[in-house]
Amino acid sequence: MSNTITIDGNTVPFEDGQTIMEAATAAGVYIPHLCHHPEFTPHGSCKLCTVNVNGRNCSACTFPAMEGQNVLNNTRELTDDRRKITQMLFVEGNHLCPGCEKTGNCQLQAVAYHLNMLDNHFPHFYPSRELDASHAEVMIDHNRCIFCTLCVRASQQKDGKDVFAISGRGLNKHLIINSQSGLLKDTDLEATDEAAHICPTGAILIKRTGYQVPIGERIYDHKQIDQVSLETEHPRHGE
Amino acid sequence: MASKIRVATTSLAGCFGCHMSFLDIDERMLQLAEVVEFGRSPINDIEHCTNCDIGLIEGGVCNSENVHVLREFRKNCKILVAVGACAINGGLPAMRNFIPLEECLAEAYLDGIGVENPQIPSDPELPLLLDKVRPIHEVVKIDYFLPGCPPSADVFWKFLTDLLDGREPSLSYELVHYD
Ligand code: SF4
Ligand code: SF4
Ligand code: FES
Repeated sequence: MSNTITIDGNTVPFEDGQTIMEAATAAGVYIPHLCHHPEFTPHGSCKLCTVNVNGRNCSACTFPAMEGQNVLNNTRELTDDRRKITQMLFVEGNHLCPGCEKTGNCQLQAVAYHLNMLDNHFPHFYPSRELDASHAEVMIDHNRCIFCTLCVRASQQKDGKDVFAISGRGLNKHLIINSQSGLLKDTDLEATDEAAHICPTGAILIKRTGYQVPIGERIYDHKQIDQVSLETEHPRHGE
Repeated sequence: MASKIRVATTSLAGCFGCHMSFLDIDERMLQLAEVVEFGRSPINDIEHCTNCDIGLIEGGVCNSENVHVLREFRKNCKILVAVGACAINGGLPAMRNFIPLEECLAEAYLDGIGVENPQIPSDPELPLLLDKVRPIHEVVKIDYFLPGCPPSADVFWKFLTDLLDGREPSLSYELVHYD
């Protein structure tokens, strides 16, 4: 067997055990994503990576590549769906980019730019969420959390700790901190932990590092996330 | 000569930064003035919006007057445009949404540092505050959105020239910013 799939009509090889996302990335095809990160077990929660496989929509980051798959990725319809999903992520939290240190470096914002999202479309929830600045070096602003669980996975899988978890469902879903007080200062999180740096949004920030790079000169100010993502996330490429 | 395209502008719960950025089109304003005339706008002090082609709205809605002005614009403009972060998502004024209105007023007019003669203003001429600052698309139908805090002069220029030349307005990657 040749082990190939097609993505938007182009032949893409895959290795057994690879997901559609992994096969695509290795072949230099960008599939928009937020909760996927090549170093961690896929989580499949943000649905931004939705592709159409032989007529059915599924998440590219969790779906195994299999012989005979015709995958649609870059279509008008999927782009529209992904824009709607991104708009929902924006109205579900509180994303006031002009006042956010992550602006220009934020993957949520970058995906929105990439999808040419000009408005939030839906009514805003304006949920009431906390800011935890108790830790000496790391702060967490829950207003900007999109529940991608990357900090949860990074803490467990990379740092060998267990600082974060997701609790509750649906509208009540929220990120919790594993300490008696529920505060970041009472965990063993350190500023050098992967979990402190993995957040795709401005929810987890390192203190006293703000605005070192001026707005206008940041990662996504002039470069689209598809390019950045393929340059930096190629699994085991360029090693 | 065909009659000029009428453009109206206003700032609701905004800081006039979007208007300043619009004026940053600089000498291109002369080019614009050849085909455009201004209806109600802080630029000319005309008080009401009548029979306009394009309405540019800066800022979200934070009080009853904002709602009235916004509805007047919707009624009198063929095309209504949300300009800037505040019009689109409430922007920084929406940061008060997480504090009960009573506490906001108390902090500003009763308990705040340096307040003299503490009292909550209640003149009947003052518009009543809404409990939350809202983006304008939650109140009326909006036709186009120009993101940015503020959108750059080039965004205004690209959008208006697209419209005036009869093209569907579109913003390239470089022109789309939320900050
Ligand atoms: S986390 Fe990203 S999208 Fe949210 S406010 Fe910050 S820059 Fe904007
Ligand atoms: S804090 Fe950041 S990394 Fe953690 S779940 Fe929220 S968005 Fe994801
Ligand atoms: S990237 Fe696949 S669901 Fe989030």
